[in-house]
Amino acid sequence: MSAHYPELVIVIPLVAAFLVLIAALVDKRFAFPLAALALLGSTLTAITLLIKVMQVGVVEYYLAGWPPPVGIAYRVDHLNSLVLVVVSAVAFINLLGTRSLVAEAFSDRIGPFYTLYILLVTGLLKIVVTGDAFNLYVLVEIAALTGYALLGMGEGRAPLSSLNYLFIGTVGASLYLLGVGYLYLVTGTLNMADLAVRVPELYNSRVVVSAFVICLAGLCIKMGFFPLHAWLPNAYSHAPDPVSSLVAPLVTKVMIYVMVRVMLFVFTPAFAFDVMRIGEPMVWLAIVAIVSGSFLALSTRRLKRMLTYIIVAEVGYMVGGFWLGNRLGISGAILHIINDAAMTLCVFLAAAALIARTGSDAIDDMQGLFKKMPVTMAVFVIAGLSIIGVPPTCGFFSKWYLISGAIAAGQYGFMAALLLSSLINLVLFFRIFEIAYFEPFEDHHAEHPTGHGRVLSAVQEAPLELLVPLVATAALLFALGIYAGDIVSLIIDKAIPVGIV
Amino acid sequence: MESLLSNFLAKYNYWVYIGLVMIGMYAMIAKRNLVKKIIGMNIVQTAVILFYVSIGAKQGKTIPIIAHGHEEAGHHAAQAMDYISPLPHVLMLTAIVVSVATLGVALALAIKIYRQYGTLEEDEIALRINEP
Repeated sequence: MSAHYPELVIVIPLVAAFLVLIAALVDKRFAFPLAALALLGSTLTAITLLIKVMQVGVVEYYLAGWPPPVGIAYRVDHLNSLVLVVVSAVAFINLLGTRSLVAEAFSDRIGPFYTLYILLVTGLLKIVVTGDAFNLYVLVEIAALTGYALLGMGEGRAPLSSLNYLFIGTVGASLYLLGVGYLYLVTGTLNMADLAVRVPELYNSRVVVSAFVICLAGLCIKMGFFPLHAWLPNAYSHAPDPVSSLVAPLVTKVMIYVMVRVMLFVFTPAFAFDVMRIGEPMVWLAIVAIVSGSFLALSTRRLKRMLTYIIVAEVGYMVGGFWLGNRLGISGAILHIINDAAMTLCVFLAAAALIARTGSDAIDDMQGLFKKMPVTMAVFVIAGLSIIGVPPTCGFFSKWYLISGAIAAGQYGFMAALLLSSLINLVLFFRIFEIAYFEPFEDHHAEHPTGHGRVLSAVQEAPLELLVPLVATAALLFALGIYAGDIVSLIIDKAIPVGIV
Repeated sequence: MESLLSNFLAKYNYWVYIGLVMIGMYAMIAKRNLVKKIIGMNIVQTAVILFYVSIGAKQGKTIPIIAHGHEEAGHHAAQAMDYISPLPHVLMLTAIVVSVATLGVALALAIKIYRQYGTLEEDEIALRINEP
């Protein structure tokens, strides 16, 4: 049984996805418990797998018993067992929190909604475990297609934004596929471990160099790295709230994981950092991403849109940290994948709760919210502090590693960009806190007599089933911060190849 | 000049796929109609599929099926050199499924957009969005 954990993580939700669809035809009420059970199952399996990897090291799994160069192999090491736990846990928490929102928004499509939801999570989990370069492409497309469908389920501009995301995302995936084709052309293999053995002989091959550039360009599109980020803010901010709080924490982060995986374990660090020498330009692009993402966030008065621009900046953190090319920077980038998934989940769930109560996502409509929704706002403050980078929340520690890495690499521009972005995040969140704390609710109606006619009452908290996951996520931000040192020394340090200092 | 031409002719399969990618990209960037963009996207995907199919092919070789395998089984081993490589072709079966699925989702979204705005022209949709 335990030998099959790498496969179980995926099979449980995959089977459940179709059971949910069938069960929902019988009775709609079956859909949610089944979905929750499936994601709980894969979360628990992922945690067991992480513990197993920490005890015995890398776990390999051959699909249908075919050994690697011929068959598809799953390879679970310290890096992806950690990401597996994050993906399944975030999806599970979000599923619990958004039950009432989903029931309200998609009352007639609950079965299809949860089927797509679980299929998206299955795709992401499988991206993380797979050890085959072509398999990775198929799974990236499975995750992306379910993502387009979910994002397009919203009202208003959601379908149009989703279609634009589909255009750009498909080009990104096709570029990745083309890069893999080039690699296959010269190496004759698609297994990642096998590729990593054969690529070093071909460092001077122009085909491998083209494969590297094309793959990286495709992945940069998929993760929304700055000049290629145009699809991200529209797609995420127009999406239904329960979907954006699933997609925003996970999809870009998993694609950054794919970049780390492909660069370190397919093209090998020596090729990525020393032969290609694109570390420096990538860090500069990351600086541009961080600065422009932060300023774009400053320019909008809509809550969700502001948060999506913060994601653009955060992608810059992780990509920049990775391309610093030293142990501190890469540790910071991997730690930030985890922390940013938790922070983004927390802040998007809180935003979903606020929007569900106030009916508007304009920052100016947030007056008096500290009185109206004290717990939700407290969680929002904690998430905000974590994104700004205040200790002991987790955001501080990953930023600390990134800044230490920047100093060690002599990239002072990157350090300055991180500090500037922290300052801008401070402005962004305290602007909201100020409106929500100091501006009384009544004034809003006095200024705008044609307002929505909302009634002021003492406390109108979000429903309990949303509050519990929110508070749990906020607690998680502290826990991740307090145990950041352990996470780095016990897991992340072992995930990075020994050659990198 | 002659070497350039012979180079071109020897690797015409790559030029075909490059041309197709360019056509697809052009349609996605320059066309204002959403369905034309979707078709452009599909051309890009097809180009990559054709690239894979062409790298598996060998001149003058046959499909990887052992002729009269039953009668002559055991008489001589099959030589890999005599057959085209089936692996890229098998991979592309999956990629074709992916591209059909993408096309389906894209067209479904286009239908949803058409119901919402009554048009598939990007400029007209932009006008509708900006209307109060």
